[in-house]
Amino acid sequence: MTQIGAAQTDGARPGTIDAIPVRRPGRIVAAVIAGAIGALIIVQLIVNPAFDWAFTFEAMNQSAVIRGFIFGTLTATVGAMVLGVALGVGLAVMRMSENPVLRWSAGVYIWFFRAIPRYVLLLILGAAGAFAVGGLGIGIPFDREILALFGIDGTMRIATIDLNKLSTTIWMAILGLGLSEAAYMAEIARSGIMSVDKGQWEAASALGMSNGETMRRIILPQAMRVIIPPTGNETIAMFKDTSLLSALPLATEMFFQFRMIGTATYKLIPSYAGATLYYVITATVLGIGQSWLEKRFGRGYEASDAKQRRKTKVAVDPNSNSLRFAGVDH
Amino acid sequence: MTSQTIDRSGEPLVRAVNVHKSFGDVEVLKGIDLEVYPGEVVVLLGPSGSGKTTFLRLVNQMETLTGGRIWVNSELIGIEERDGKLYRRKDSDISRQRSKIGMVFQRFNLFPHKTAIENITEGQLVVTKKSKKAAEERAWDLLNQVGLTDKAHVYPSQLSGGQQQRIAIARALAMDPELMLFDEPTSALDPELVGEVLTVMKTLASEGVTMIVVTHEMSFAREVADRVFFMDDGVVVESGTPAEVLGNPKQDRTKAFLARVRR
Repeated sequence: MTQIGAAQTDGARPGTIDAIPVRRPGRIVAAVIAGAIGALIIVQLIVNPAFDWAFTFEAMNQSAVIRGFIFGTLTATVGAMVLGVALGVGLAVMRMSENPVLRWSAGVYIWFFRAIPRYVLLLILGAAGAFAVGGLGIGIPFDREILALFGIDGTMRIATIDLNKLSTTIWMAILGLGLSEAAYMAEIARSGIMSVDKGQWEAASALGMSNGETMRRIILPQAMRVIIPPTGNETIAMFKDTSLLSALPLATEMFFQFRMIGTATYKLIPSYAGATLYYVITATVLGIGQSWLEKRFGRGYEASDAKQRRKTKVAVDPNSNSLRFAGVDH
Repeated sequence: MTSQTIDRSGEPLVRAVNVHKSFGDVEVLKGIDLEVYPGEVVVLLGPSGSGKTTFLRLVNQMETLTGGRIWVNSELIGIEERDGKLYRRKDSDISRQRSKIGMVFQRFNLFPHKTAIENITEGQLVVTKKSKKAAEERAWDLLNQVGLTDKAHVYPSQLSGGQQQRIAIARALAMDPELMLFDEPTSALDPELVGEVLTVMKTLASEGVTMIVVTHEMSFAREVADRVFFMDDGVVVESGTPAEVLGNPKQDRTKAFLARVRR
């Protein structure tokens, strides 16, 4: 046997490998460049006179800003996502229905609300008062026309909503963002539902479960695994899109307040820096929440196996399946 | 196992007459006649594509019949006759018919987000509206029957294929079905896991559960079946006791198939 390299031990079988790692100069170059850019940014944040951190923190502490964050930004995010998810799942189920009218209506809705930009939609809703000058009537549709057939001039209404007042409230904000979100959520929910194996439908219906029961108890819980990650992204995107609510305009909203402070004091950058800090910190928290939810809905799949094993102890016993049943010749 | 004990004088549990099924232009079943009596184990044999699985799926209405009739317990499947006219049954009616027929799939199709015992209680809670306590009691009995009481709170992904299929059998039995359908229950299993599933099925057969089984397990057909139907190209080529069909086949197609399977 010939000697190969110095690490060869005398005649014995090869042992533990203690080799010199491959050099990776690219990493060092990247570290230097990234470090330089990072240092540049940090120095600018400190020395650039455009920033005024004392002012930024003072602005962030204004009660109007904090109220806007809670009752505007966060409330609109939560409200719009709740509306968007509920409506979106409904639209997805309609889209996959065997009823062609439901399928088609859902298709038209999704087509329209995906085509219109949120900013434009919010501007329109802000001016919605123009649609119904005398207020939006709630009652029997075409009431005027029906009564006119009998020669009567009148209406049949149970309530009238003043759109001019409503259009700048949190309700219109939730409605506008929620209607838009529903179109996107419908597509996400649909892909989630379609990701569930066809065998699950067959197994559930073989037990005698109805389509609705199967959807609620078997399909949607499994679809959640596919639906949750993009919904988390949608929530974070929605959180940021609340800054568009100044299109209504909604005054009780955080970014609106920062803009007011900025324009009133001419300290635009410090004000926007305050808004940025709010957005970045909250988006980080939302991201952590999302990964928790993903784990929670991964139940029964690989992700939570370790936890399950701890709970049951017997789950990994490889012999337990052969205890009772001897093999059959076949 | 013992064809003498099967009483064929009464009404059959399953009666299929001239069953036809087409998918588009392709005719998969070309007139199947078949009767299964209470307590009987019928095995459907045949090459893949012969229509065995399609026939099972018709009985459980996973597919809709294009021609012929199937009665289960003297009730027409999928359609009903009123005033000399045929009407398609409503979804709720179809669900009711299905709930009395247990089905075991080749790929198990356990609910992955539910534990073994939850898989078994699901149908009882949702369909037969049993109390949680009653459903769980029944589930423990069934877990005991399939030998998996120690896996009650385990998710399907942590079970072997054989264990999953045994849970799937328990899930179907929990509905107290009049009839059990097995669609190639061991075809997706590693060879060493086939035995444990067949043992459960043999026990069921000996307890008098009426079963229609699509399988390639010749030993099961020989030992357990009361009658064997050999199908090819959408028709029943030959049927009879296992001894007749497997031991002394009359048709050339049966002989050729058996020769290929035995090797």
